[in-house]
Amino acid sequence: MTTLLDVENLWVRFPSRTGVFDAVRGISFSLGRERLGIVGESGSGKSLTGRAILRLIHKPGIVEADHIKLHGDNLLAKSEREMRAVRGEKISMVMQDPKFSLNPVMRVGDQIIEAYRLHAKASKAEAYRKSVEMLEAVSIRDADRVMKAYPHEMSGGMGQRIMIAMMLIPNPEILIADEPTSALDVSVQGQVLSIMDKLVKERGMGLIFISHDLNLVSQFCDRVLIMYAGRIVEVCDAAKLHEAKHPYTRGLLGSLPRFDEPRDRLQVLTRDPAWREAPSVEGRL
Amino acid sequence: MTTETQTLRDWLLSETPTSRRHARLAAFYKGWLTLRANHMAMIGLAIIALLLGTALFAPWLAPHDPFVQDLAFRLQPLGTEGHVLGTDSLGRDILSRMIYGSRITLYIVALVVMIAPIAGLLVGTIAGYAGGWTDIVLMRITDIFLAFPRLILALAFVAALGAGIENAVLAIALTAWPPYARMARAETLTIRSSDYISAIRLQGAGPMRIITKHIWPLCISSLIVRVTLDMAGIILAAAGLGFLGLGAQPPSPEWGAMISEGRRFILDYWWIATMPGLAIFTVSLAFNLLGDGLRDVLDPKDSSS
Amino acid sequence: MASTHYTPKRQPRLPLPSWLKGTLVTLASISVTMLGLLFVTFFIGRVMPIDPVLAVIGERATQDQYHAAYLELGLDRSLAVQFAYYVWDVLHGDFGMSLLTARPVSQDIARVFPATMELATIGIIFGIVLGVPLGVIAAVRRGSWIDQIARVVALVGYSMPIFWLGLMGLLLFYGILGWVGGPGRQGIFFEDTFPSITGMILVDAALARDWPAFKDAFSHIVLPASLLGYYSLAYISRMTRSFMLEQLSAEYVTTARVKGMSEWAVVWNHAFRNIRVQLITVIALSYAGLLEGSVLTEIIFSWPGIGNYITTALLSADMNAVLGGTVVVGLIFVCLNIFSDLLYKIFDPRSK
Repeated sequence: MTTLLDVENLWVRFPSRTGVFDAVRGISFSLGRERLGIVGESGSGKSLTGRAILRLIHKPGIVEADHIKLHGDNLLAKSEREMRAVRGEKISMVMQDPKFSLNPVMRVGDQIIEAYRLHAKASKAEAYRKSVEMLEAVSIRDADRVMKAYPHEMSGGMGQRIMIAMMLIPNPEILIADEPTSALDVSVQGQVLSIMDKLVKERGMGLIFISHDLNLVSQFCDRVLIMYAGRIVEVCDAAKLHEAKHPYTRGLLGSLPRFDEPRDRLQVLTRDPAWREAPSVEGRL
Repeated sequence: MTTETQTLRDWLLSETPTSRRHARLAAFYKGWLTLRANHMAMIGLAIIALLLGTALFAPWLAPHDPFVQDLAFRLQPLGTEGHVLGTDSLGRDILSRMIYGSRITLYIVALVVMIAPIAGLLVGTIAGYAGGWTDIVLMRITDIFLAFPRLILALAFVAALGAGIENAVLAIALTAWPPYARMARAETLTIRSSDYISAIRLQGAGPMRIITKHIWPLCISSLIVRVTLDMAGIILAAAGLGFLGLGAQPPSPEWGAMISEGRRFILDYWWIATMPGLAIFTVSLAFNLLGDGLRDVLDPKDSSS
Repeated sequence: MASTHYTPKRQPRLPLPSWLKGTLVTLASISVTMLGLLFVTFFIGRVMPIDPVLAVIGERATQDQYHAAYLELGLDRSLAVQFAYYVWDVLHGDFGMSLLTARPVSQDIARVFPATMELATIGIIFGIVLGVPLGVIAAVRRGSWIDQIARVVALVGYSMPIFWLGLMGLLLFYGILGWVGGPGRQGIFFEDTFPSITGMILVDAALARDWPAFKDAFSHIVLPASLLGYYSLAYISRMTRSFMLEQLSAEYVTTARVKGMSEWAVVWNHAFRNIRVQLITVIALSYAGLLEGSVLTEIIFSWPGIGNYITTALLSADMNAVLGGTVVVGLIFVCLNIFSDLLYKIFDPRSK
């Protein structure tokens, strides 16, 4: 499999009054045309990893790495201007809650058209046509009406599909999905995921799927990185997740309720301070 | 000595308070540490402390009697022997008048602060807690007062009541309470619907107890921030009324009135109006700086800097 | 509206459309506020220690004259009736006669108001043009030197007595440097050289193409207007900054960046678009504040506007003039508030 993205020794640091806080501590991994899951609890650094790839860590946060290579091209060496050509066009991101990630005072259509026209030289009419097509591709019926609507008039599932349409319209090679279904009703989660899955497969994209939901990731992804305290503690094939060896992964699996093995009491995760200090596992193909 | 302070500090910074008073003191101390790290706020606090000291020790600090006229020594410039800041049109020492003027400023601020926030707190919490018609009527009244331009309403009140410090205080207080009422109502509404208030109500606490013991204490911190930031506005309003001749009456050394006196000579004897103006500016600046700092400590969600 | 002719039988109980209901509720709340406003001024007028009868007929009137005037003013009626009459008169634009000018107060206000409006309008333009960009840049470059400057500008604005700053400005730019005109609206040689159409001298001079007079009027207005402008600048820039900070931390801003937009476009096309409505409210409030702030400014610069009118009336116990002026300014306040609410409803898609 061709490597799209290669990350070597990535650190995300936040200097504070009491010292420097390292949120991501030297992780390395790569991504091909596959669905890569990153799993961890809140504060494990998984979301920051996603944003660091796009170089969207807010000041005073600092991103450091030996390299973040897209097709062998180091993103860290790029100027902010060059980086803008990467964002959206090469790498895109879907965030957690469409209620917040869509601009509340702009029509849905204008937001999608804007995303398209930033990277493609297209007339307004053509961009409009393209946007309607894209909305239809994410199974939105009545796309013309949705184009004229404002985000608050949309349901959560609709909003997230709009968000996916908007992020895929410039035809990027990599999509980072940061907890894309956590804010949605359980009933529409599956639908949104299958739409995303279909589009990613059709276009031969690479997907980084960030989630805290181990079950979801094991069903949906090809490969899983398990992060703990800013490091990767284990890498495994999603299908073989139940064979995971690291005590943290085992603990996470053990704390999930299961229909086939009912238990009176679920296991409580006990954390070993040694996990924090153990070196990061390499998450390469 | 050092070990003792060390332990006191440790006791205050303890993560596991042993009593309610301990927790309260610890919270207070931590707030103080944050405030102390804010240099601007500390400068403000220092200026206010200086103002308090000046007002308290005015008779010992002032080189001259602020009311004694000396027509032979009128309109003396800055740096005149015995009159560092010069003299005014009646030969009174400007420095001494400014020192005594600090008492009037503090007096006005203290009186307004004792009336307006408390009135606003009462109206706001009652409206928010009672709801229904009480809420509608009280908030309508609040809106009516908010609809008036503050200074003009104060002017009209002073016109009706007669000029003088007490009436100026009353007029300022009458225009200052509505924002407090709005704020207290908003806080009450959020607190009222919280689970722990339901829990207390289930235990049989009456409205009086809930308002005084559970709602008021939670309104206090935002109230303190608002009051501190309002102080500057109060000082400016009082000075404005004094300047218009509707506040403190001559020969009172109120700062605004002093500027008004100096205005007639502004082009030739500029220092007469300049010095009291600097005093007003410094003091309101100090309150604004302290208010900003306090907001960061007490009300971080509103902090914008 | 053509709907006035429909036959009520066909639509027996027409439910009110929601926009009409909303409008009615708004109108009701406005009228309550305005009535309350009038009640407060009426009340102030009644607690006045000045005898309204003596104020009209003078000290040397006979007992009969006094009684006649007493009846004429309606003082024998109950307070409620008197209030009703007062509201009636105000609704007809009748604020009584001014003792000082011996003219109807409404005429006086119509004469002085354009001067205040001219001053406040130039002030607010100054405040918007400088304050909004300053606030936006301060938020975007948070903690930078420009943010520090914006902070100091605002702090000084919040802490400086306006009348004192005006005096100092007059001393420096007029007294020492001689760059601007002194107190008043015009130099003595330019008075009555062109017809007064709008009452705003700059506009009138421009209409008459009297450019020397325009220049003279400008040199008089520039100092008081920039003084008022400074205060609105302080307020507007501070509010703009805090609105922008809130928006810049919102997730849709990240979305815009993910799309690959330039920072400039992210700030102005996305974040700024979200604060426009709030900003309109702030500007309306600030404009209302300038009309009020003009009281002290007008005194310092001998500007013949409404603030000066009210204060002069106050010092000579001309109560009709004081209350009339207060009511007018209060009504303008209320109208500006309604106006900004209305814009809110029009421009914010979420409010529909």
